[in-house]
Amino acid sequence: MTKFGAMANRYWPTLALFAFLLASWQAAVTFGNIREYLLPAPLSVWNALWHGDTVWWPHLWTTTLEIIGAFLMAAVVGVALGVAIAWSPILANALVPFLVFVNTLPKVAIAPLFLIWMGYGIFPNMLMGALIGFFPVVINTAVGLSQVEPDMLDLGRVFNAPKWKIFVKIRIPNALPYILSALKITATAAVVGAIVGEFVASQRGLGYVIVTTQSSMNTSVAFAALVWISVVGLLLYGAVVLLAHLWAPWAEGVD
Amino acid sequence: MAKGLIDLDRVGMTYQAASGPVEALAGISASIGAGEFVSLVGPSGCGKSTLLRIVAGLRPATTGTITVAGRTVTQPIPDIGMVFQAPILLKWRSILENVLLPAELAGKDPRSLRSRAGQLLDMAGLGGFGAKLPRELSGGMQQRAALCRALLLDPPLLLMDEPFGALDAMTRDDMALELLRIWGEQDVAREARKTVLFVTHSIPEAVFLSDRVIVMSARPGRIAADLRIDLPRPRTVELRATEAFGKLNLEIFRALTGKTVVGAAL
Repeated sequence: MTKFGAMANRYWPTLALFAFLLASWQAAVTFGNIREYLLPAPLSVWNALWHGDTVWWPHLWTTTLEIIGAFLMAAVVGVALGVAIAWSPILANALVPFLVFVNTLPKVAIAPLFLIWMGYGIFPNMLMGALIGFFPVVINTAVGLSQVEPDMLDLGRVFNAPKWKIFVKIRIPNALPYILSALKITATAAVVGAIVGEFVASQRGLGYVIVTTQSSMNTSVAFAALVWISVVGLLLYGAVVLLAHLWAPWAEGVD
Repeated sequence: MAKGLIDLDRVGMTYQAASGPVEALAGISASIGAGEFVSLVGPSGCGKSTLLRIVAGLRPATTGTITVAGRTVTQPIPDIGMVFQAPILLKWRSILENVLLPAELAGKDPRSLRSRAGQLLDMAGLGGFGAKLPRELSGGMQQRAALCRALLLDPPLLLMDEPFGALDAMTRDDMALELLRIWGEQDVAREARKTVLFVTHSIPEAVFLSDRVIVMSARPGRIAADLRIDLPRPRTVELRATEAFGKLNLEIFRALTGKTVVGAAL
């Protein structure tokens, strides 16, 4: 089968279901007399996206920045903490209970505090996304660095390899698929964090747009904002999948 | 006792388990000469794998002394090649890069050893597979690559811990022949061959490969018998069907099950 044929074979059920749902939605609204402010038809959402009064790009830009910032912060801090935990048992004993405590806090409940501490802006919303998304990275990094076969470590000892060399040549590549797998979770968490942050305090962004449509009952704009959010979320997720494909092709099909 | 390449003098090992101290090895004394192929056989839990790691300096003995090439072993010794039951190749490295790993770990320039690595792969029948990833190879081929890795730095001593234990019976017999060929049974003078300490569960495998089989008893692991295998080399498939081969198998089986005590052949 050709590559195109294989792709078509793989994706037609997805596309068919998607098209069917859109068509049913449109039909339900058109023929079922559902009021626009309750459930706008797909065509109205399309209009709000391209022909409405909302100028999307500043909102899109703000939210995208927040999401990418949140993702990068979560990735860097998560990997750093994971390395620290795997490197030193003392650091692990100090950090792990604290991190577990932070993870059990409902992060959303902290968002109003961020407003008090940092005011309005992009940064507190980034921080919210990072806070929601960093924990899986810490855990997976630490686990990936530790899950090395003892015989492999014996091999390192036979050749008197220094600890850093075992880390660089064996532990870190071993952890890479674990880290990339956690980053897929982080990608979605970053989106949630940025939007939640905007709900609580913002003057711009897709979350801000959704909040303002509540008072104006402009539901089709809220739906259009949702479309943009999912586009950004999907692109980020896709980027992580692509990274996994490039950096850890040997682990393909593991998760 | 004659000085061998490996001298074990009343080696014992006790470890702390949750239920209290467990004596894993007791009073192991043996001398293994340079170029000898020696197998350790014994029931599960007799400490034969532990003994192998003690010889490598990877685990400390509780009592006794271990001398390898005239030096007392107190820490991991560099002049050994190790092969384990699993190939433990690094999944993200090509076969060639895996074979070169010891050079990198030992702080040597891997580039200077590339041609040697290539020769080893050729010799092991993996000539065309250097650029492949481990998962693209069968279990037997992966284990051959692990053997190449162990041989890269040309160690005088090869320690093998049930290296064929995870392979199917036919591949296993094949690998035994292959190992003897790579060891240089046909083309290397006896004294110039590597000393091999080979741990196995399989009596026929031990008889087929070895110059000598050390039989261990369980809990604590002791030497129950030490037999010389005076079968002609090079060993062939036909050897497995001979009466002498069968007799040695039986003798080891009896030593293992404690039916007869066989005199030590030190």
